[in-house]
This record gives sequence, structure tokens and C-alpha cells, in this order.
Amino acid sequence: MTTTDLPPPGELPEIAVDPAAFRHLADAQVNVELDTGDMVLNIGPQHPATHGTLRLVVRLDGERVVSADPIIGYMHRGYEKLTEFRTYPQITTLINRIDWLSSFANEVPFIDAAEHLMAIEAPPRAQYLRTILTELSRIATFVLFLGEMGLQVGAITPAFYGFRDREYVLNLIEAVTGGRFHPNFNRIGGIKDDLPWGWISECRGVMNKVLASCDEFDDLVVGNPIFQKRTRSIGIIPQELGAAYGVSGSNLRASGVDWDLRRDGPKYLVYDELDWQVWTHPDGDSFARYWVRLQETRESARMVLQMLDQMPSGPLMAKVPRIIKVPAGEVFVNTENPLGEMGYYVISKGATGPFRTKIRSASFSNVSILPWLLRGVYVPDIVTILASLYFILGDIDR
Amino acid sequence: MISLDVGWGTTLAIKTVVVLGIVPLTALILGYVFLLKMMSHMQSRLGPMDPGGFHGWYQLIGDGIKFLQKEDITPAEADRRVFALAPAIVVLSTFLVFVVIPAGPRVAVASLDSKSAFDGVGVFYALAVSSLSVIGVLMAGWASSNKYALLGALRAAAQLIAYELPLVLAVVGVVIQTGTMSLQGIVSFQQNGSLFGWSGLGFPLILTQFVGFALFMVAAQAELTQPPFDMPVAESELVAGYMVEYTGFRFLFFFIGEFGTAFAFAALAATMFLGGWSVPWVHGTAADFLGPVVLFAKVMFVAFLMFWARFTYPRFREDQLQAIAWKWLIPIALANILATGVLKVAF
Repeated sequence: MTTTDLPPPGELPEIAVDPAAFRHLADAQVNVELDTGDMVLNIGPQHPATHGTLRLVVRLDGERVVSADPIIGYMHRGYEKLTEFRTYPQITTLINRIDWLSSFANEVPFIDAAEHLMAIEAPPRAQYLRTILTELSRIATFVLFLGEMGLQVGAITPAFYGFRDREYVLNLIEAVTGGRFHPNFNRIGGIKDDLPWGWISECRGVMNKVLASCDEFDDLVVGNPIFQKRTRSIGIIPQELGAAYGVSGSNLRASGVDWDLRRDGPKYLVYDELDWQVWTHPDGDSFARYWVRLQETRESARMVLQMLDQMPSGPLMAKVPRIIKVPAGEVFVNTENPLGEMGYYVISKGATGPFRTKIRSASFSNVSILPWLLRGVYVPDIVTILASLYFILGDIDR
Repeated sequence: MISLDVGWGTTLAIKTVVVLGIVPLTALILGYVFLLKMMSHMQSRLGPMDPGGFHGWYQLIGDGIKFLQKEDITPAEADRRVFALAPAIVVLSTFLVFVVIPAGPRVAVASLDSKSAFDGVGVFYALAVSSLSVIGVLMAGWASSNKYALLGALRAAAQLIAYELPLVLAVVGVVIQTGTMSLQGIVSFQQNGSLFGWSGLGFPLILTQFVGFALFMVAAQAELTQPPFDMPVAESELVAGYMVEYTGFRFLFFFIGEFGTAFAFAALAATMFLGGWSVPWVHGTAADFLGPVVLFAKVMFVAFLMFWARFTYPRFREDQLQAIAWKWLIPIALANILATGVLKVAF
């Protein structure tokens, strides 16, 4: 669309949607006779509910949303293009910053893609360390969500509990990798360093703390009647529609789709050696999304405890040449990241860096369902739905 | 205050100073004790515990200095006079409530003698002036020329009007039982009453009016726009509602108004349901000195309940909020009035 094609200012383009989306609007029709005008409200790019720089142009009839357009791109940093000018080890620094809440989990699929092309495999202990760090970053992301969602529906206290637990987990990650937010610790063929002394017992203690505070969230938030009133049957994503929009991860599992790449995808890391389960919820509403993430936090903490018990010893790096040149070829690797399905399509022409990389990030697809989801809801529900979808702007814009 | 032989002009000056001083003072006490200390303990927050060494005592002073340093901004599109006047009206309504709250047999600003116009209608007056603040809120929202502020102000207006009813109806039970609308009269009823012939505790009205007390607390929470009824200032969606364009000292005015009103409502609840300043075996001048202390202790207890709820619950949605007022609180309040009336006639 060029600038001349844009509608005149003040007018929004009509979006063709399924008539079923207007189901909420049946009683709003009353206002047509009274001829109340719509108000266009600009939410964002700077707004507490948008976790960054998402902009929503919302047309309101009173407090009801008539239409909502998410406008993205305020945080575009051109990472796909930048990968063409970096070597493989340098690229992990970039992709750390895509989903900054769970940076280590981002590194895994990209390193995996490079290893696939080079036909090498990391030794078992490195695989275990990678899995532990991935699950730790999942916990760090989810406990923040568990608190943040409380904050978005108006309870201040859970947010501080969420940040407190995230602090524990970030300290663990920092102790291993030296970086709190951006570990940059994964290497092609293995992992940079071993665990520091005493880390395993420390980690056990923190995991038990996380499990305890999950019970606390269960009491304080999930069991709260007001929270249930605010989230139950708000923002329902039907199974087929969610799948059609490419919604993935916990958001799709909350709609009852039993699909988790850690179990159903091609084998990566050591998930097949662990005893764990995939949680789903039949409702598909905001409450279901909260509930599923709460269970997954617990599940991740249990997985980490298991891995601490059964971690093998051995080398941390496979044999890798000093200057990494990836043989020509194409590969697509997708993994189950905290926010959903994260994939890298890497084309190599045999150089030190990729020829082209396509990044499939979870939040982009998760947010694409917003115009459908937000029609006919009240203004406070916008916030609930945005919070429960749980996106990161860096993951949308890349 | 204690009966002094001074002219009415001097008395008026003393009263004015006391009322003007007590609102910021109580607001600061509540802000310090509950917002900074209790909240930090409940939320395991470290920040407000740090500044100044012992228990973070310096935090509040630091916050005050910060507000004084902020630039005073009036938006270009704003209606300047209304914008400037709005915070003053909000604080004014708080000042006016404090006028009638008695803190001892003779320690009350507006009922020094029985000829005072307010003496017979203290309850009526207090509830009436406390709802003046909605005018200030509407003015703030309208004058800011900001859509978020306007949404917040309209929500506030709808909410304050809806919850004014249960607030008033909750008190009617007390008025029926005591047979007076004077706050002093209600206190002395509780002081001189007895429980099954035992007058050790007097007769706090919460024993019979517990439904009224619960309704009053819920409605007061909504009047104060505190969680779970803080829809008008919902920071996650409306940023700060009607306060969004206010900075520095004017914002501080809203803050003082909010916490001062919290104290005033807690004082009203303590006076009407928990016996106010009264200690059953203390009378006369001793009660004048002990009364304020007793009242303060009771107010802090009631305020603790308010702030406990504030830090625990998420907020209702606007429609759920209205449904609670009209479908639950008002019918229950009416039933309470009916029951009180029937029992009053029966006994």
C-alpha cells in the first residue's frame, strides 16, 4: 500500500471479518437510533498495557470496541537482514534480543539449525545444560506473566511476587552464563562453560521456591472470584480459528489443542528422556491461558529438578573447527519457546554466515488474531486479552 | 477545642488551622503507614524499606520533595481555569467532611455547642459533602482535553453516583437504631449503652449493624476509587484516568484528597459502628484528651481493612461494578433498613 492508497485521516479502513465476530454487538445496535458517534482512541505506542511499543487504534462506542487495528513496526530492528552480514557465532548475540524475556530459549533453534547443516551433535551434558537453561528461561518468562496478568486486571501485589521469583531465576542464569538478560551462552557444537560450584543445590532451592509461589499464585489470583469474573469467557479463541491464524504455544493449548513441539516436534534437546506432561484447557479464554501457563511453570520446575538429578557428566563441546563454515543447504528448525513456536529457516551457501534467515516468531502470529478477538469487547477487556496473549514487542517486530 | 474564653473569631481561626492541618497530616500518615510500609511488607518489596536507614523513614519526605520539584504543566488544549480548580474542589470536599467528625465530648470543630447548625445533622452533612469530590473529578476529566481522562471521569461519575446510595442506605440502619443523625449523639448512644446489662464495652453498633458496616466499607471503598473499585484510575488501561494530565503539586492535591478521604471515611465508620472516641468508663475532660487517641486507633484499624483489600484484589469491570451496586448492595441495604425498623418497633 503506497501513501496515496491510505484512507483519509480520521477514517479507518473496514476489515472484512466473519459475521460471527459481531455476536457481541447485538445489543450495541440500540445506540444506532440514538446516533451516538464513535470515538477513535489511540492506545499506544506508549501505554502500560502494550508491553512496549504496540499501537492499537480502537474505535469505541461508549466503552465497547467497534474495531481494533494493531499497528506494529515501531521496534523493527532488521534482524533478518542483519544476520546476512554476521558470522554464525555472532548471530546468537542478535537473536538473544528477539524475545528478551527468554533470551536463552531463542538461541536454541538457531544453533540447532546450524548444527543440523554441519551434521554435528552436542554431547549429552551440553544438551542437558541447554535444556535446563531453556526451562529456566521459560520459568523466568512465565512467573513474570503470572504477576503481570494480575497487575493488568488491577491487583498490584502479584506483580511484585512475579518479579521477585523472576529475580531468583535470573540470578541462577547469571551465575551460569554471566548475563542476566542476554546470556549468549550457546555455541555451535555445545555450550560455553560448565556449571559453577554449588549451583545445583542452589537451583534445587529456587525450584522449590518457584513451586511454592505457584501455589501462592493459585490462591491469590486463580482462586480470586474477581479475577475469574474478569477473565472467564473473555477473549475466547476457537480451536480452528486459532490454528488458522497461526496462534501457537500456551495460547493454543489453552484452546484445547494438545500440541507441544517439545513432545510432538522432531527430537531436540532431551525432552524425550524426561517424565512430564502437556497441559491443555478446553475453554480458550483468558482464564484458560493463565491457568495453562501456571501449570506449565510448575511442570518446568519439576523438569529442572529431574534434570538436576539425572544429568550426565562428560565433555561440553563436540569437535568443531576454529572457523565455522556451514556447508551449503537449507534447514527449518522450530522449537517450543515460552511464547509459542519459534522457528528459523536458514539458507547457507557455505560461507561463515547464513545467506538468508527467516525468523518465525510466536508473538507475531499470536497478535495477528487481535482484530478478530477485540471486536465487541469492553475497554477493560482489551487489557485483559492483551495481557493473556502475552506477547513481547521484540518478538513481533524483530 | 477545650473550652477557652476567647472570642468567636479566635475560635474560628483555631478551627480552620486544625482542619487545614489535619487533612494533609492524616493523608501523610495513611500514605506512610499503609502505602509505604504495610504494602512493602505484603509485597516483599525492598525499595521503600531502604532510604534513610531505619525502616526507610526518609522515603515519604523524598517523595514529597520529588513532587515539589516537578514542572507544573497545563496542557495547551486544556480549559485552564477549570483544570486549575478541579484538584482544589476534590481536597475541599475532604476538608468539609473533617468538620463534623467528633474526637471527644467537646473536641469537634462544628458541634462545639448544641446550637450549632451541624449538630443535629452530622451524618447527613458528612455524606453530602463527601460526594462533592465527584464534581472536581468530572471537572478534571473534562478540562484535561484528554480521551483517557474523559473516560476516567465519566467512569468515576457513574461509579460515585451508584455507590452513594448503598453508602447512605447503610448508615440509615444506624440512624434508625440510635434515633439521631448527630454523630455526637451516635457516639454517646454507644458509650452509654450496655451489652446484656454489662456496660464494660458500651454498645458498639457493629454488634447489631454488622450488615450496615460491611456495606459501608464496600461502598466507601468504591467512593474512594480504591481497588477492587478503581476503574476510574485503572492504571493499566486508562493510565491514570482523570489524573493523567496532572503533574507535581496538583497531582499531590489529588493524592492528599484520596488519602485524606480514606481517613475521613474510616473515621466515619469508626464513629458510627465502632464507638468513635468513646471509652465507656471515661467521661468529662479526661475523655477530651483520651478521645482523639482512641479514635485514631480505631481509624487505623478500619483503614487497615481498607488497604488490605486494596492490596489484595484485582479490579472489577465497569458493568460488573454497577451490577454489584444495583443488584446486591442496594437490595441488601434496603433489607437491613427494614429489619432494623421492625426490630426497633418490636423491642
